[in-house]
Amino acid sequence: MHARRVAAVALRQFYLYRGSPTRVVPLFAWVAIDITLWGFISRYLNTVATPGYNFIPALLGAVLLWDFLARVMQGVSTAFLEDVWSRNFLNMFAAPLRISEYVMGLVITSVVTSLIALFTMVLLASLVFGLSFLAYGMALVPFLLVLFLSGIALGIAGSAMVLRLGPASEWFMWPLPALIAPFVGVFYPVSVLPRWMQAFSRLLPPAYVFEGMRAIVRHAPWQLSDLAISFGLSVFYILAASLFFRQVYRTAVRTGLLARYSAESTA
Amino acid sequence: MAQGRASLAPDLFVPPSPVLVVSNLRKTYRDTVAVDGISFTIAPGEIVGLLGPNGAGKTTTVNMVLGVLEPSAGSIGIDGVDLLKHRSDALSCTNFAAVYAALPGNLSVEENLRVFGLLYEVPSLSRRIAELLERFGLVRFRKTRSGVLSSGEQTRLSLAKALLNSPKLLLLDEPTASIDPATAREIRATIRAFAEENESAVLWTSHNMHEVEEVCHRVLFMSRGRLLLEGDPKALPREHGAANLEDLFVNVAREQLHPEPV
Repeated sequence: MHARRVAAVALRQFYLYRGSPTRVVPLFAWVAIDITLWGFISRYLNTVATPGYNFIPALLGAVLLWDFLARVMQGVSTAFLEDVWSRNFLNMFAAPLRISEYVMGLVITSVVTSLIALFTMVLLASLVFGLSFLAYGMALVPFLLVLFLSGIALGIAGSAMVLRLGPASEWFMWPLPALIAPFVGVFYPVSVLPRWMQAFSRLLPPAYVFEGMRAIVRHAPWQLSDLAISFGLSVFYILAASLFFRQVYRTAVRTGLLARYSAESTA
Repeated sequence: MAQGRASLAPDLFVPPSPVLVVSNLRKTYRDTVAVDGISFTIAPGEIVGLLGPNGAGKTTTVNMVLGVLEPSAGSIGIDGVDLLKHRSDALSCTNFAAVYAALPGNLSVEENLRVFGLLYEVPSLSRRIAELLERFGLVRFRKTRSGVLSSGEQTRLSLAKALLNSPKLLLLDEPTASIDPATAREIRATIRAFAEENESAVLWTSHNMHEVEEVCHRVLFMSRGRLLLEGDPKALPREHGAANLEDLFVNVAREQLHPEPV
């Protein structure tokens, strides 16, 4: 892997953000709105629910973690879509750039943009709604890592889908987090789901994170092995998504899709 | 052939290895044959025109040499490197400009050159960018977004990007389309000078036969995916009973000419 080529992919995104407030504002505006909305909902629920249970770490914390995953995914996919929107594939892939270098550049972009979103959310949730991350203890770090890896895997898979199906299919990509949200139990325990949905949940790394987070908040027992499973699954999905992207790219090169990607016929 | 070698005594002249070697290249899409087993080479310093009517297979050939389209059969060697086996190495000494591949309009001229300079791992990048901005008259547009440049300025930017890594192989797909005659003449002179100075091979597609006659040392005529003719653009029309290159082009396009494929 050549560092300068990876840097080129990330630098292109930096230039885009530097020159465009309309790209910068959504990095923190939407998550700030989400945290504000769910912060007040959590505060209200604290006044009507059984005394002693605090919805701030359980509900607002879950929303924060879920938004982090979604922002990581969007960090990858938006960076990829910039090349779709500017019809830049021919210039990029006629260069000596390797697919692994391209994807790594997208991931680096996502690290930066998702950290900005995370910082905004943490600041707002703790200052305005009193969310303390001490409530999660040291588990917060692996929780964030698993969600980060899951978001990267979703972003790569979504980008591969757009590469395969054409520019118009970006509208299939945006709702991907919403598609898995019911299964991972962001707002409720997985145990409330029907059995077939629970079976599916066990395959999704974020489900272990949200179950673990709720257990910690309730001071209930929690399996460290669940964390290991979720980490293993995340790594598996990253590898699978990367292989999927590589396979789609190879198909696009073989069929001529890449060379004529921006043509109307692919839309 | 490159003028630089003309001064060498014939007995001292050793033909250099070709920069581009295309062998039995073929591309099919289900039942459609886009490129039908073509072979050609381009020597260092040589500018070769790839001519043919629309749909002849020129851009398909260029895309295969650029590594963005996989051949169904055949091989492509760039500076001794097999493109299909070592894509990244082969493309590091290649570059291109095409009328249909404008650089991202939302980056400035300098930003575009810096990003692509990093992609091609150009040494002393800032100095190289300054040289190219000067060479293509883009200094005053350094901070201007590419998307707001005129088509002629965008073409100059594409060419500046194409020369960033001083490529051994330069592919130009209609590089002077949509620009005025004065700018086109300057660009032709720049490309010729570049090919001579760097001993770079250039594959040039164009529908402007006067341009091809002026610039190219050799031309390849394609029709229906096959190479029909090859030769000196100044001598070829006479050899095939045409008044000039444009008439020869029209004859090939109408398939009034039926020579054996080269």
